[in-house]
Amino acid sequence: MSDVTATDITTTSAAALAEALRAGELSSVEVTRAYLDRIQAEDPTIGAYLHVDAEAALRAAEQVDTARTKGEELGPLAGVPLALKDVVVTEGVPTTSGSKILEGWRPPYDATVAARLKVAGTVLLGKTNMDEFAMGSSTENSAYRVTRNPWDTDRIPGGSSGGSSAAVAAGLAPWAIGTDTGGSIRQPAAVTGLVGHKPTYGSVSRSGLIAFSSSLDQAGPMTRTVLDAALLHEAVAGHDPLDSTSIDAPVPVLAEAARRGAGGDLSGLRVGVVTELGGEGHTDGYEPGVLARVAEAVALLEGMGAEVRQVSCPAFDLALPAYYLIAPSEASSNLARFDGVRYGLRVGDDGSRDLDEVMALTREQGFGPEVKRRIILGTYALSSGYYDAYYGQAQKVRTLITRDFTRAWDDVDVLVSPTSPTVAWPIGARVDDPIAMYAADLCTLPASLAGIPAISVPCGLSEGLPVGLQVMAPALADDRCYRVAAALEAAQDAARGHALLDAIGGRA
Amino acid sequence: MTDTLVDLDEVLTRYEPVIGLETHVELGTASKMFCGCSTTFGAEPNTQTCPVCLGLPGSLPVVNAAAIESTIRIGLALGCRIASWSRFARKNYFYPDIPKGFQTSQYDEPLCTAGHLDVEVDGETYRVEIERVHIEEDTGKNLHVGGATGRIHGADHSLVDYNRAGIPLVEIVTRPIPGTGAKAPEVAKAYVTELREILLALGVSEVRMEQGNLRSDVNTSLAPIGSLEWGTRTETKNVNSLRSVERAVRYEMRRQAAVLDAGERVVQETRHFHEDTGSTSEGRSKEEATDYRYFPEPDLVPIAPDEEWIEKLRAALPELPAARRARLQEEWGLSATEMAWIVNAGALGLVSETVAAGATPADARKWWLGELARRANDSGVELAELPVTPRQVAELAGLVQAGTVNDQLARQALDGVLAGEGDPAAVVESRGLAVMGESDELVAAVDAAIEGNPDVAEKVRGGKVQAIGALVGAVMKTTRGKADAATVKRMLEERLIGS
Ligand SMILES: [Zn+2]
Repeated sequence: MSDVTATDITTTSAAALAEALRAGELSSVEVTRAYLDRIQAEDPTIGAYLHVDAEAALRAAEQVDTARTKGEELGPLAGVPLALKDVVVTEGVPTTSGSKILEGWRPPYDATVAARLKVAGTVLLGKTNMDEFAMGSSTENSAYRVTRNPWDTDRIPGGSSGGSSAAVAAGLAPWAIGTDTGGSIRQPAAVTGLVGHKPTYGSVSRSGLIAFSSSLDQAGPMTRTVLDAALLHEAVAGHDPLDSTSIDAPVPVLAEAARRGAGGDLSGLRVGVVTELGGEGHTDGYEPGVLARVAEAVALLEGMGAEVRQVSCPAFDLALPAYYLIAPSEASSNLARFDGVRYGLRVGDDGSRDLDEVMALTREQGFGPEVKRRIILGTYALSSGYYDAYYGQAQKVRTLITRDFTRAWDDVDVLVSPTSPTVAWPIGARVDDPIAMYAADLCTLPASLAGIPAISVPCGLSEGLPVGLQVMAPALADDRCYRVAAALEAAQDAARGHALLDAIGGRA
Repeated sequence: MTDTLVDLDEVLTRYEPVIGLETHVELGTASKMFCGCSTTFGAEPNTQTCPVCLGLPGSLPVVNAAAIESTIRIGLALGCRIASWSRFARKNYFYPDIPKGFQTSQYDEPLCTAGHLDVEVDGETYRVEIERVHIEEDTGKNLHVGGATGRIHGADHSLVDYNRAGIPLVEIVTRPIPGTGAKAPEVAKAYVTELREILLALGVSEVRMEQGNLRSDVNTSLAPIGSLEWGTRTETKNVNSLRSVERAVRYEMRRQAAVLDAGERVVQETRHFHEDTGSTSEGRSKEEATDYRYFPEPDLVPIAPDEEWIEKLRAALPELPAARRARLQEEWGLSATEMAWIVNAGALGLVSETVAAGATPADARKWWLGELARRANDSGVELAELPVTPRQVAELAGLVQAGTVNDQLARQALDGVLAGEGDPAAVVESRGLAVMGESDELVAAVDAAIEGNPDVAEKVRGGKVQAIGALVGAVMKTTRGKADAATVKRMLEERLIGS
């Protein structure tokens, strides 16, 4: 029926798949089956998925194919499979947020993101692994399984959306949805060679995302190309009456911005390189290879006409401590609902213990160590007598960081930095050192705290492992991220081909 | 354990009470505070729930605008300042009836602050300062099965109904109320009564206390007379009738006085009120109280009601109970005391509707405070629960005015109305209760009375006019009360004395 091989299906971009589906060159069943086959073959090694329902996926694919045959009107993404991070609530499909405490829970409703993707006709391959409740940068905090980086299976895939990053990078999904609280889309995307975008806070509905830190959480695309990211982002973005913090504004035209950016003309664009994120005097903890790739990427941008300058944002130095007070504080409250009363795990309810004991035992056994660490941290930070010194101060730092950004936007259109100070590290290397683990988020935290959009786009390899460039833009100017990222992607592709697509193809 | 109690009169010889009230009112909005679920009372357990009010993972709250409007109107009616910027906060604690592990409430940024409510007790006015009015969500309802106390400790197992979870709840908090002395219990009751009237006038809640629409936490403390500092207070939780509010204050005053007399300290704690005995018992001690770790609710954006909207709501407030009482007292030409009787009997609305239906204020007052109050009392129900409408009462009063029935016949007609036989006129018709005119039947009855009582008739003829009463009685008896006594008397006089 088609001369595209199964390998081609799993190594091309989602945009290309969508086009082949629209043109009738491929059926959704073919595409879906190709991915399911590859999942079956390789996921035992990679460990990207927590839940795959092949039958349901093929059924959904068949429905799209039938509709297309009948000539029904279908969305542009109809029939393209995808993976969802397990933090996204899916009706009737197990959703655990990577935690034992939700083992076996089948939600009675769909997250807005999941519902919109369903309406768009995409096919759910499965739910991807993650750090428990999205707390972590390596996916090692998952209560269920280890996820490996396809570039080097002894290394971590980043986190907390490491299942999504590994799946897309390994050819086990054409694209995926991740969530980002302090860098959980961008950092895993960077260390697996993907494009990952954290949208402006409030531009993608949080309804149905199992909350980690409500004032920071955002869902976004994790893809192989910038255009894919823009297309997936457009499919899920837009005002949602179910989320009070959802912005009631039109979604910016993102795919168009990506296509324009790929044209390679950045003349007049003012690019700021953030001194505090790996710049002069701030290189501690940054790998030289990472800094070199980022410098080369900035040079490429300059070559396309961008005006580059250094920008200092002094409050960024305080982002890490502020984040690790705000996020755990909100988490300590968000995770209080997991008490064994209404759903999920319940431990010790044998008639011998009272309510408080059953709740305590359930939480003791249901939560992993990192989750407990953050609940304790957040509970402490919010307690009376400490609130002002911790939570209150952290909120002030947040204001200062936002102010640094606002000042920067007077002089530049976008800010850039490394996405992650290092490439993917060996599995196990940081599990006993939470502070080292937290440092992985150094570059991604400021944009999270300010609620602004930020994208990670591949910018080459260091020691054979992917490095990402982060591009940050003012709130609601997500299109600028896509424009700059697409320009960089096009320039690199022209020079040396698409590192990720080549790598997936090579491994297949 | 029984508490030692001091007589109230004696308490007041040594101590000065300070009271305070926190009142929770369930708003009568059609849907819940943060989701679209229905708020109808009495549905099957857990049928009025959704992911939001069950606190399912991933669900998010969306503010019910009608609840915000009601809260602002309550604030305006209490003379509060309405905040131009107000936030929700999370109150964190574990309990099965709060599905999220926190209650979405308001903390240091309430919607309304600094109001007041004047209440009257025995002709004296007390000003109750309102500290704040804020909006929050109600909890679910626990049913503890097994065990003797009905409380969670000792129960075999517990069931939770989340139908109530998320119903909008307004909390109205007074400042401490000093200077009420012996009237402290009555002032507490009068405050809740007046607050309830205001809520009813605003139409924001049905305020059915028996359904828990309005519940008060009653704070009471005692300090030695002349002391500059207030004493340690206790908080009696969930007192849900007007009478209980008064009793709870009185009991706590008597109990605390005994504690202080014994040279001991009053423990700062929450206490439970017992309807059957009118007593309180110790609950949770404040010293071991939970730290609620309040912080601004990140899932909701701040409420910023604009000035114009607030002024529109203020302009549209209905006539408030105090103003209405003053107006009606004036219109009905009553003294303050007469008005107070109507109010205390809970008959203001009924009297006023009866007047509106055409009765004179005097008649309306006479019926509701007299015959109808007695009937209600006899059958142990509230006046308003009697199966008779103000319009029917007005009709009845009209029949008396027109002379169609006399007072006694009117009471018989009322029997029929209460028995569900229809409107008064119809009952008079069907039961044949109309006063007899000067009919042949009546003439016959008068003649029969004279013939049947020759001795009496002779006395009357002889000038003992007062003896005529016995003849009137005889006529009334034969006509079974349907005759008009004055008419009968005139007819007898015509026959025996001449005119
Ligand atoms: Zn609901």
